[in-house]
Amino acid sequence: MTYSDLSKSIIELIESHGIPEREVYLDYENSGLIIPESLKAMENAYKWGGKGHPSITHLMGWMSYQLLYEATENIASAVNCSPNELVYTHSGTEANNLAIIGSASLSQNRRKIFVSSIEHLSVIFPAERLEKHGFKIIKIPVDNEGFIDLNFLSQHVDRETLLVSIAAVNHEIGTVQNMSAIRDIVKDRDENILIHTDACDALGKIPLDIKDLGVDLASFSSHKVYGPKGVGALYVKEGIKLEPVIHGQLSTQKLWPGVENVPGIMGFSKAVEIIHKNFGEYKLRMIELRDRLIDGILEKIDYTILNGPAGSKRSPDNVNISFLYCEGEALTVELSMRGIYVSSGSACTSRVLEPSHVLLSIGRRYEEAHGSLLMKVSPFSTIADIEYVLDVLPIVVNRIRSLNPIKPGMEVR
Amino acid sequence: MSSRVPLTYSKKVLELFRNPKNLGRIEDADAEALAGSLACGDMIAIYLKVDEATGRIVEAKFESYGCAANIAAASILTEMIMGKTMQDAWKVSWRNVSDELGGLPSVKYHCGVLAVGALRRAIRAYYTNRPKPDWLPSVLTQEEKHALEEEKLIEALAKRAQRVLS
Repeated sequence: MTYSDLSKSIIELIESHGIPEREVYLDYENSGLIIPESLKAMENAYKWGGKGHPSITHLMGWMSYQLLYEATENIASAVNCSPNELVYTHSGTEANNLAIIGSASLSQNRRKIFVSSIEHLSVIFPAERLEKHGFKIIKIPVDNEGFIDLNFLSQHVDRETLLVSIAAVNHEIGTVQNMSAIRDIVKDRDENILIHTDACDALGKIPLDIKDLGVDLASFSSHKVYGPKGVGALYVKEGIKLEPVIHGQLSTQKLWPGVENVPGIMGFSKAVEIIHKNFGEYKLRMIELRDRLIDGILEKIDYTILNGPAGSKRSPDNVNISFLYCEGEALTVELSMRGIYVSSGSACTSRVLEPSHVLLSIGRRYEEAHGSLLMKVSPFSTIADIEYVLDVLPIVVNRIRSLNPIKPGMEVR
Repeated sequence: MSSRVPLTYSKKVLELFRNPKNLGRIEDADAEALAGSLACGDMIAIYLKVDEATGRIVEAKFESYGCAANIAAASILTEMIMGKTMQDAWKVSWRNVSDELGGLPSVKYHCGVLAVGALRRAIRAYYTNRPKPDWLPSVLTQEEKHALEEEKLIEALAKRAQRVLS
């Protein structure tokens, strides 16, 4: 298929799909809305001061630098770090790559990197790539709710360890890790072992105080906090040295050359400010919506399994449920036609043979992982949205199950 | 390393996913077969009623567990073989299925392969207790091999995953 054929067929596909009358967006894992104030901040930045390059010595550069500085101070104060400890990238993926490859590049003797088996692929893939350069990657097992095996960590982490990377909140099943226990185990063994946390799904979901957390590196992503796409950041604790992973003309920051996306950063900063200011209220609202959705599904639909922990150790936004005897991609397409947008851990969705590594790591069987749906509520979702999903989902699941030669309750071969 | 553009399903795929034709089981089927498995995330069952005298397919139905393309592929295949002789039905290839659907995205070719694999298994099943016709090859065709390989590979992967966990 040529590029223009592809574009033509997408237009056709959208037309034949049609725009549903009622729409509920729950695919915040993959991306989502932008808070209006954040969009406004970007617009203002483009109109005023944001057109210049923040490294350049003239009025437009100074204005741009001033905006950048202000935005950074704002983010730093929300997460409790110093503004000069933040490096901007253009995504959470880039921030994770910088943390892992950037620390490995400067390592003298330490050759072990620990990651949990349920990390985001932007942690697992760069770590695995380092195996080619003589590093040993150790995957920390997790229990059936996604909590890392602290005994394993304690038994294996040693003075040859360079880095331990564990997401404070898992992106797929919402497990909130016990970061202080992890920090104590690692730092008691050796203070010089670096701790990185992919905090993309923690910001705005759990109380996040970098100093309290005691990590050396932490990744953030703007679109995960309802800011614009195309902005990420890495917290690099003062005194920690990293090697840049991309190279080019120096910018205001040493670790990520290239012109900073000043308007995007302004939008990110505004989004962080809003979710920080409203943290308590947003959290309660999300928990109410999350629990209504989880309870409603488990009550209304048979052969369903909740993936990840229930209650206070689950991220307030995360709903991940396996619908047995259903294939997840079929569910997402059927739901899409009814205006409900979610994602799935099925192999079809990720375009590989195996389903979500996160679900397999917590012990889900292949067929359980193939039938999973990941839905994330936001502080801007409503109870009416959730009720709509609870009305439509049983119909959709029934239809997809009616196609299957293996009916619910039948022995799976 | 490949990229990940959204799957561009054709209008026909979406239409058949929404309203599949010939869906369901034939309780007194003359031949039936299954390809794929729940663990593969992909499974198609084909049921056939065959006129003994003429060797023509008088009814073809399917059931499917899988993505939208999988359901559409199985559905259109049953339409394509209705009224055909078993010999002509045997000749339908995964490429014919894909073309009839207005072109499957390349990562979904295997849905057409699996549907044809299930059909050919059903045709073989029909002839297990009947004289084997000359046109029916003894060796497995590409589609049948693919279905078998996918089933075996997933079985091995699933076993390995369970071993790692325990």
